[in-house]
Amino acid sequence: MFDLQTYHKAGSVEEAIALLAANPDSRLLAGGTDILIKLRHGKSGFAELIDIHGLAELRSIRKDAEENILIGSGTTFTDIIESKLLQRSIPMLCDAAQSVGGPQIRNMATIGGNICNGVTSADSAPGLFGLNALLQIHGPDGLREVPVAEFYLGPGKVDLRRGDVLVAFKITPENYAGSFGYYYKYAMRDAMDIATIGCAVSLKTAASKVSDYRIAFGVAGPTPIRCPKTEQAVLGRELSAELFDCIAEVVIGDVNPRTSWRAAKDFRLNIIQELAKRATHKALQRALHPAGQKEGETI
Amino acid sequence: MAQHNDANKVIGKSVIRTDAVAKVTGRAEYTEDMHRPGMLVAKYFRSTISHGRVTDIDTTAAVQHPGVEAVFTYKDVPQNVFATAGHPFSLDPHHKDIEDRLLLTGNIRCLGDEIAVVVAQDELTARQALQKIKVVCEPYPPLIRPEEIMAEGARQIHQGSPNIIGEHRYRCGEVEQGFAEADHIVEGDFTTAMVQHVHLENHIAHAYMDDMDRIVIVSSTQIPHIVRRIVSEALSFPLSKIRVIKPFIGGGFGNKQDVVVEPMVAFLTLQMSGRPVQINLSREECMLCTRNRHPFFLKVKTGVMQDGTMVARDMDVISLTGAYASHGHAIAAAGGAKQSALYPRTPARFHARTLYANIPTAGAMRAYGSPQILYALECATEDAARKIGMDSVAFRLKNIARQGDINPLSKEKIASCGLAECLEKGREFIDWDRKKREYAHHKTGPVRKGLGVACLAYASGTYPVCVEIAGARIVLNQDGMVHVMVGATEIGQGSDTVVAQMVAETLGIAYDHVRVVQAQDTDVTPFDTGAYASRQAYVVSNAVFRAASELKAKICRHAALMCGSDAADLDIVGGVVIDSKKSARVMALKDLAIDSYYHKERGGQLSAEVSYKTTSNAPVFGCTFVDIDVDIPLCKIKINRIINVHDSGVILNPVQAAGQVHGGTFMGIGAALFEEVLIDRETGYVYNNNLLDYKFPTFMDIPSLHHDFVETFEPTSGYGNKALGEPPVITPPPAIRNALLDATGVHINSLPLSPHVLFTHFTKNGLLKSRGEQHV
Ligand SMILES: Cc1cc2nc3c(=O)[nH]c(=O)nc-3n(C[C@H](O)[C@H](O)[C@H](O)COP(=O)(O)OP(=O)(O)OC[C@H]3O[C@@H](n4cnc5c(N)ncnc54)[C@H](O)[C@@H]3O)c2cc1C
Repeated sequence: MFDLQTYHKAGSVEEAIALLAANPDSRLLAGGTDILIKLRHGKSGFAELIDIHGLAELRSIRKDAEENILIGSGTTFTDIIESKLLQRSIPMLCDAAQSVGGPQIRNMATIGGNICNGVTSADSAPGLFGLNALLQIHGPDGLREVPVAEFYLGPGKVDLRRGDVLVAFKITPENYAGSFGYYYKYAMRDAMDIATIGCAVSLKTAASKVSDYRIAFGVAGPTPIRCPKTEQAVLGRELSAELFDCIAEVVIGDVNPRTSWRAAKDFRLNIIQELAKRATHKALQRALHPAGQKEGETI
Repeated sequence: MAQHNDANKVIGKSVIRTDAVAKVTGRAEYTEDMHRPGMLVAKYFRSTISHGRVTDIDTTAAVQHPGVEAVFTYKDVPQNVFATAGHPFSLDPHHKDIEDRLLLTGNIRCLGDEIAVVVAQDELTARQALQKIKVVCEPYPPLIRPEEIMAEGARQIHQGSPNIIGEHRYRCGEVEQGFAEADHIVEGDFTTAMVQHVHLENHIAHAYMDDMDRIVIVSSTQIPHIVRRIVSEALSFPLSKIRVIKPFIGGGFGNKQDVVVEPMVAFLTLQMSGRPVQINLSREECMLCTRNRHPFFLKVKTGVMQDGTMVARDMDVISLTGAYASHGHAIAAAGGAKQSALYPRTPARFHARTLYANIPTAGAMRAYGSPQILYALECATEDAARKIGMDSVAFRLKNIARQGDINPLSKEKIASCGLAECLEKGREFIDWDRKKREYAHHKTGPVRKGLGVACLAYASGTYPVCVEIAGARIVLNQDGMVHVMVGATEIGQGSDTVVAQMVAETLGIAYDHVRVVQAQDTDVTPFDTGAYASRQAYVVSNAVFRAASELKAKICRHAALMCGSDAADLDIVGGVVIDSKKSARVMALKDLAIDSYYHKERGGQLSAEVSYKTTSNAPVFGCTFVDIDVDIPLCKIKINRIINVHDSGVILNPVQAAGQVHGGTFMGIGAALFEEVLIDRETGYVYNNNLLDYKFPTFMDIPSLHHDFVETFEPTSGYGNKALGEPPVITPPPAIRNALLDATGVHINSLPLSPHVLFTHFTKNGLLKSRGEQHV
């Protein structure tokens, strides 16, 4: 039994913005897979809900005229897994979506909710960090675009202001075209678990060298993070066995995991090093053996 | 054992479960489905510290909260202490369970201890009212570790009784001589984790009064008749005025072989003038405040000869029962007995102590102490085999129980034993010999391979420690079908189905002509102590066989009356009475049945009822073989292949038996690799009483499971069957630990073998570089 006080179903983003403005203590409800847990635990601040679940304008994956890929905030993880466009262009996001919860959760949970929830373990975050995703946010004062790395303000804190609705994630072509990525989730279980560490790598190769390299982690700090030192160290290097040793060594300087009863810092560091290597390896495999990359399809 | 007519063969067939359709169509009614109009909801107010005393409690605001009907505190409940373990009553006062519970308490002994209870119109209201109860506590230092609990001057967790609640020793054979003569002595310290049953349906019960002096309790329980007695004891209320109904059950695994919420709902309905009151524990409450598996601390010493004979074994065990005794020392005692059943020719001595602790209460859980003991023993056996460089399977084959051995502890002769054949089958399935050679080349590098094996012995009930009583009543209906009532408690394990098979086989009728009444009701169900100790099919078989035989004789006598032949010549085959001398059809059972009911002079309602006490306890055996990969950098074990092979006598229903084995293997893998209730060693705080942080495995984490049986015939049971419910859970953990040792050479003597634990050991043993080194 939930202590629900009010519930409104929004018919459009516009109506959601108006409802948020009219109900100052209210919150958006997308898939509800984070909110309903909090409600069940009796946390305050979740009792007045504005439901945007299933709004068609928030639920699409498409490419626009400038070749930007736009993922609606209300897109579920199942939608992402099944998207031909993403399978071909950014399979790393499908890896991440596939790693979330179980089938029932993936049918309900949205990528927008995942990011707006603000936790460091969000499985879609490392990939979006590597892609320099831009968050399109509609608020009472119109539309703004916020880079995902700037959206996270602290643990559980994101740059959403009163009346804001996250509408879509925009990924520009220079951030995905010709790039190959992989998301590696390490958890205690192979389903229904939060990441102990999540690692997303995307890279480009040219003439046996790494010509673009991005690596991002979840749970390696209080928010998801990119690893600038590692990225710099790897850029331009030959593809070789030493490359992996270098990644494992340098990455330690980029991360800041903590000891909690869930896992010790030393253990997390060990996993971070290993995941950095394995995710890079997997991304390289995709780069060297691209499987049927076709452009221009939408779901 | 009478001869069964082959045409009636139902035993050994995978008939469809009696409850399959009801369950898959959602028609099966569980306790929560049996809503009563006006039912009130009760919620416990629980302690937030693990040890201390309530010095002040104020419930005024909670009582005034709209929708609250009543609030009761520890000051309002009857002051007669009672025991909760689902054991049969013991006529021997020295063998009674420890009476240490009140319905509510001001003396806090674990996190979540029950201080007060709110009764409200609905759950949300009750939860809101809980927030308004104010309590002041005087905290005491929590006693979590054995050293602290046993230290001189340690506070008694239950004032007036020692913190050591049970202790015993046994000795079989010349142990000292064995150690003196042994070529090698191998020693090890082992620990096992507190784990939880995680049955799908949480504890739930409601109670109401159907007139002004009788209490009806509907509960998800494994032990309806015992619930009736214990509620009577807890409330000093006449047993005959308590009626316990058990509907469909969503699993128990021993956690419902304990009386948990029933006395409280009975108390509350009495207080509320008979209005229905329900307690429906949340998952979090269920994991913190019902029962768990006792964590053990074990020392095992083994004397072994160079030829592979184990000549002496010494075991010292400490078991933590937590805040309340519940099943208490019975767990260590039952577990300890398995050494002499598994290795009867090895002289052995055993010492065990059970302690209170300020941690969640432990109780019965699938295999009752044996997973802990056999984990240590089968790791120790492995270490002994390796010490002399002998193959792990060959070493076991040399030492294990064989048919005809005398169990030196029980002094009973082992009448059936297929363990050696189990080991042979498992070895072949896993391709042991070839893989041993192949995997010798995979002991370095990031991913290493290993094989492991472990054996078990178990029992088919609790005799002679407890009474083993079962009851069956069979009634011939007017249409020639039968209704069966048994005290055997169906909790999902499939006991109703095998009972129907037994009746059909002995009576000579079709399986689907037997209806086993599924819901139990202590007003009408014959007496049986319930589903536990893997006893149900074994013990009930003796009652069912006798009742069905008796009914069959009555039917034949009635047929003789009807047609003038000699009853001794008559038999029932396929629902038809036949004259076996003349090989002739006499009449259909349905024609006989209608005559017995409605003939104006002869017959009557033909029925038979038997209450039977089994005075034997057949040992069962089994083993696990496992083939694993160990990913050293990721600290993960991957199971490539696993098989459990069991000797459980005659397999009554192969599909159901497979279900028991697979479920047990699954649970065993959970305990081996994933599960642990995490308790703060200083505060007694429990971190993970929820299914996110308690890493119960999902189907994604479990490989395909394999099983096989070695079918022996057990002469002491009605149909040659022995126990199977619990044993499959026992051997996966030691087999996996032994495979890990095989793959890496690293001895880990604790459970679970989680990535955190592997990381620590791999770092310590130099398989992973420690951080310090990496920075230089
Ligand atoms: C069993 C289970 C397993 C899970 N497993 C995983 C896992 O493996 N990995 C993982 O990362 N997460 C997991 N989660 C967490 C959760 O499913 C995800 O974070 C999910 O993506 C949340 O999306 P939602 O649509 O359900 O969010 P909701 O619960 O509806 O909302 C979450 C938050 O985001 C806000 N919000 C939602 N949409 C918008 C929007 N368009 N604009 C502004 N604010 C918005 C809400 O107000 C709320 O504060 C799991 C949850 C459960 C219950």
